[in-house]
Amino acid sequence: MATIQAGQEYGFFTDTSICIGCKACEVACKEWNQLQGDSPSFLADSFDNTGKLDAQNWRHVKFIEHVPDQSATTGNGAAWLMMSDVCKHCKHASCMEVCPTGAIIRTEFNTVFIQQDVCNGCRNCIAACPYGVIGMNQETGTAHKCTLCYDRLQGGLEPACAKACPTQSIQFGPLAELQKAADVRLAALHSQGASQAQLYGRDDKVYGGLNAFFLLMDKPETYGLPNEENAKLPSRNNIGGYAGAAVTAVLGVIAGLVAFRRRGMG
Amino acid sequence: MFLAAEHFVQSPEWLWYILFYFFFAGIAGGAYLVGTLLRLSGDARDEPAARIAFLVSLPATVICPILLTADLGASWWKFWHMLVNVTPGDTGLNFKYWSPMSVGAWALLVFGLFVAVSALDAWLGGRRGSGIIPTHVNRAFNIVGSILAIYIASYTGVLLSVSNQPIWSDTWVLGGLFLASGLTGSAALIALVIRNRPEASVSLGRLHQADGYFSVLELALIIAFFITVAAAGTLGRVLPWLPLWAIAVAGVAGSLIEARGHMRVQSAGSSGAAAGARLDTLVVPLLVLLGVLALRAAVIFSAQ
Repeated sequence: MATIQAGQEYGFFTDTSICIGCKACEVACKEWNQLQGDSPSFLADSFDNTGKLDAQNWRHVKFIEHVPDQSATTGNGAAWLMMSDVCKHCKHASCMEVCPTGAIIRTEFNTVFIQQDVCNGCRNCIAACPYGVIGMNQETGTAHKCTLCYDRLQGGLEPACAKACPTQSIQFGPLAELQKAADVRLAALHSQGASQAQLYGRDDKVYGGLNAFFLLMDKPETYGLPNEENAKLPSRNNIGGYAGAAVTAVLGVIAGLVAFRRRGMG
Repeated sequence: MFLAAEHFVQSPEWLWYILFYFFFAGIAGGAYLVGTLLRLSGDARDEPAARIAFLVSLPATVICPILLTADLGASWWKFWHMLVNVTPGDTGLNFKYWSPMSVGAWALLVFGLFVAVSALDAWLGGRRGSGIIPTHVNRAFNIVGSILAIYIASYTGVLLSVSNQPIWSDTWVLGGLFLASGLTGSAALIALVIRNRPEASVSLGRLHQADGYFSVLELALIIAFFITVAAAGTLGRVLPWLPLWAIAVAGVAGSLIEARGHMRVQSAGSSGAAAGARLDTLVVPLLVLLGVLALRAAVIFSAQ
C-alpha cells in the first residue's frame, strides 16, 4: 500500500462474504491497543463470545447463525453470516454531533476519534451512536471506541485488524480506492448470482457515507445496522422536542396566571 | 422527524444520579416559574408564597450540578469540560445550540445565578419586609429567570429525545411532559412547605388549583406519550414499567382531586374555609412528588 498521508481520507472496506469468523481482527485490535477485554461470558447459543462492541472490544465478529434445523443440500444451505463490526467513522457522526465537550474530533485522516484527555464521561455519545459502538470505561471514566489505529496511521502503519485479517475481509486504504474495490467485488458477486449482496455505507445515504463501510450478504437490519430510512442524526428530534416543550410552557404559564389571578378578578 | 422504531444502540446507563437530577431540575425550574407567576398574577397576599417558591428553587438547583458531576464517575473532575473546550489548538468555550446537553450546561449555570439572586431577595424580603431589588426590576428579572426555568425543567426530556435510543427518540413529548410534571411537583412541594407558614397559607388554595391545571396538562402529555410510542412500535418496552406509570398517574389523580376540592371551596366563599383546611393533607403532595419521580424513572429505565 502507498504511504499513508495526512489530509487524505482513509477507511475500512469490510467484505462480509469472505469473513470466516476467525476473530484475528479482535485479537490484533486488543493486542495493539492494549485492551484487556471483558470477563469471559458464556453466550449459550452462539459462537460469538464477545457479544458486542464496547470499551474493551473495538472489533467484534458478529455471528448471525441462521442455521436450518434440517441439513441443507450441497451448495444450497442457509449459511452463517459473519461480519467483523467496528466503528463506522461516519461522515455525519451522531456521536460527534451531540458531544458537549468537543472531545470527539475528526482527524487528519478523516476518521472519528475520542480525545481521552478531553472526554468527561457524560455518555451522550453512547446514547446517540446508532450502531452501539461506543462503550464506557469505568476505570478511566471516559468513552472508548475504535480509533482506526490513529497512532499507527500517524506512524505510517495500517490498522492492526486489517493487517491481521487472513482473508482480506477487512481492507484498509484510501477511501476512494476502497470504494472502487467494493464496486468491483459487488459486480463480481452479482454476476455469480449472489443478488442479495449489497454495499452499506458506500454512498452518502447512510450518515453521509461511512469511512468504514461493508459488503453485506443480507439486508442491513439482519446485521444490526439501521437501514437508509432509519439512519438519521439525533438532531432530527430537536425541533419536535423543543416545540412540544414550548407549547407546554405557554399552556402552563396561562394555567398559572389563571389560577393565581388577582382575587378581585376571581 | 420521528422514525419507525429500529434501534441497535447501547444504553448510556444514565441511572440514579440522572434520575434524581431530572427530578430536581423539574422542581427547581417549576418552583421558579410558579414563584414568578404568583408574583405577576397574584396580589400582595401571595408574596410570601412567591418567596417560598424561590427559596424552594434554590436547594433544588444547587443539588443539580452535584448530581451531574457525580454521574461522571472517575472523570468527575472534568465537569467543566462541558463549558470549556480544552482540545489543543481548539481551546475556547463550548456551545452547541443543536446539542441539548451543551445548551443545558450553560442554562444551568446562568439559571443558578438567577435562582441565587431571587432566593437571596426572597430571604431578605421575608426578614425585612421588602427585598433588595426594586419591584419592577425584580419582575423583569423573574421573567427572564423563568425563561431559563422553563428550559431547565424541560430540556432534560428533549435531551433524551435527541438520541437514537428506543422510546426516547420515538416521541416528541418528553420535553413538555417533564415540564408539566415539574410544574405539578413544584406546586405540590410549595403547598407542602406552606402548610407550616401561616403567612403564606392564603395562597394554598390557588396553588392547588394551579397544580390541578398543570396535572391536566401532564395527563394529556402522558396520553400523547403512549400514543407516539405505540405508533413507533416500541410500546412493548414501556409495558414492564407500567407500575411506575401507575404511580405517576396516581399523583396526577390526587392533584386533580385536591384541586377540584379547593375550587369548590373557593366557589363556596369564606364558609368553605374549614372544608378547605381538611383538604390540605400531607398525602396528596407527597403522592404528587412520588409521581414526578416515578414518571422520570419510567421514561429513563424503559430505554435502558
